[in-house]
Amino acid sequence: MSAIVVNDLRKSYGATRAVNGVTFTVNEGECVALLGPNGAGKTTTLEVLEGYLERDGGAVEVLGHDPQHADLEWRSQIGIVLQGTAVDPYLTVRETLTRTAGFYPRPREVDEVIDLVGLREKADSRINKLSGGQQRRLDVAYGIVGNPRLLFLDEPTTGFDPSARRGAWDLVNDLRGLGTTIMLTTHYMDEAQALADNIVVIGAGEVVAEGAPDSLGGRDTAAMLIRFRLPQGVDPASLPIATTLDHHGFCEITTTDDVKVLNTLTSWSIKQRVPLEGLVATRPSLEDIYLSLVGRNLLDGNPTAVNTP
Amino acid sequence: MSELTLIATQIRYEQKSYWRNPSAAFFTFAFPMVLFFIFLSTAGQQNDRSDLGSYVHNGHRVGVKLVQYYSPSILSYAVMSACFLAVALMLVRQREAGILKRMRGTPLPAWAYLGGVIGSSVIVAALLSAVCMLLAVGVYGAWFPIGHLAPLAVTIALAALTFCALGIAVSSLIPNVDSSQAIVNLPYFVLVFISGTYFPISGGLAKVSKDLPLRPMIVSMYKVFDPTNTGGIWDGRDLLVLALWGVASIVFAVRNFRWTPHHS
Repeated sequence: MSAIVVNDLRKSYGATRAVNGVTFTVNEGECVALLGPNGAGKTTTLEVLEGYLERDGGAVEVLGHDPQHADLEWRSQIGIVLQGTAVDPYLTVRETLTRTAGFYPRPREVDEVIDLVGLREKADSRINKLSGGQQRRLDVAYGIVGNPRLLFLDEPTTGFDPSARRGAWDLVNDLRGLGTTIMLTTHYMDEAQALADNIVVIGAGEVVAEGAPDSLGGRDTAAMLIRFRLPQGVDPASLPIATTLDHHGFCEITTTDDVKVLNTLTSWSIKQRVPLEGLVATRPSLEDIYLSLVGRNLLDGNPTAVNTP
Repeated sequence: MSELTLIATQIRYEQKSYWRNPSAAFFTFAFPMVLFFIFLSTAGQQNDRSDLGSYVHNGHRVGVKLVQYYSPSILSYAVMSACFLAVALMLVRQREAGILKRMRGTPLPAWAYLGGVIGSSVIVAALLSAVCMLLAVGVYGAWFPIGHLAPLAVTIALAALTFCALGIAVSSLIPNVDSSQAIVNLPYFVLVFISGTYFPISGGLAKVSKDLPLRPMIVSMYKVFDPTNTGGIWDGRDLLVLALWGVASIVFAVRNFRWTPHHS
């Protein structure tokens, strides 16, 4: 069953088309990452799905309902972790979560949630005494205390140190293990790689690519890049395969026939007793694919990219 | 959870939060207290010359002591600041910080959230009123028969609700925290002045302010503080004006209330 179905979603702010015909599906129990540069329409898309924004066009169904006309029963099945929101600064962590749990028909145990996000030591501290990272963890706790079927996470680990990020990833994977469907946005490729079953890349309000992290944008079948350096005095022309030289003096070969090319190269190296220094063979990383998909001009924050009709 | 329990729980958390924010609580209580001391210490024993506080006796115009006037007028000021000012400023602060947006993302009904805010403010207004009454009667010797407590309490309760509703309505007109003080304080002080909070008024000002939200509260309470009042102690006309302002504010608030911050 599909938890989220988005078909040709459109949303403008004045003359700016923030989302321009986005279509994707999230199956129940799946974790899907929405990837894209700033201003690509990630947060707008998410806020339409969460029922905060009214769309201009297209069809949206979240847990079988149109979020624009959803009721409180629908809300009780959804958890939301937004960017840049806050809770009452004068209440403690435990008070905030107990209060929030009371809004839901089938909440999680408050103490269990406090442990899940690692705030046990701060359970009785007021929110305004927490560090930024601890407040973000409280945000996540706030989003999951209602025991949601579907959880939205808008850039959940922005500003986390590496160990806190690993902790958050473990938490998201735990929640998935418990059957929660998760839709997240992120800037981090490693985060998408670690968490998502499926990645939807959007740029300038449109879906640029969609797929599993290992095969996104043809990553699994993309050409392999082979790189090595020849010892001084060895002419690259003596190699059995044509290469190009980069500005560090490395020989580069891009090929889809990788096994055969490597075999030819290494056989030549052994026979001629010429080492292939620093030999590496790589496929494009998720980040390489992402950059080629969204285009560098979008990443530089070029405003015309967002405003393109 | 029943609807009443839900509101009661919300009120409990709003109260907890309120008393832990010392600056908000301090100003809500300190300002009317200071006004009380200033006006009653300097002018409390003088006579009122306004239409409201004077009467004709044996062909002469005689005024009642000003403590009888200032007690209800400062009480009105206190209730208005605890409800109108505090609610409007708090809602703008919470909205722009994203607290309201976050609440909106939960299954908490809007009426339960606002019920909590209103309930908590009414509790503060009631406490503040009790303190004012103790000072007025205990320290400054204001005349107040205990039998007049019911119309006093009803006026305060109705005015507190109306001012909360007005605060909610006005919060939707304020774009950000920086401008909130200015936008709220302008109508607030104009209303305070033309309604005769700082000095008794007569004639034209009273005509203008009698149908605005603050003056009816003062006049309705003056009825029970007026030692020369031989008529009824219930002021139906002014209570009706207050109630109409409350209803109009609710209608406006329901149409215009905003949960999301302006900056996003």
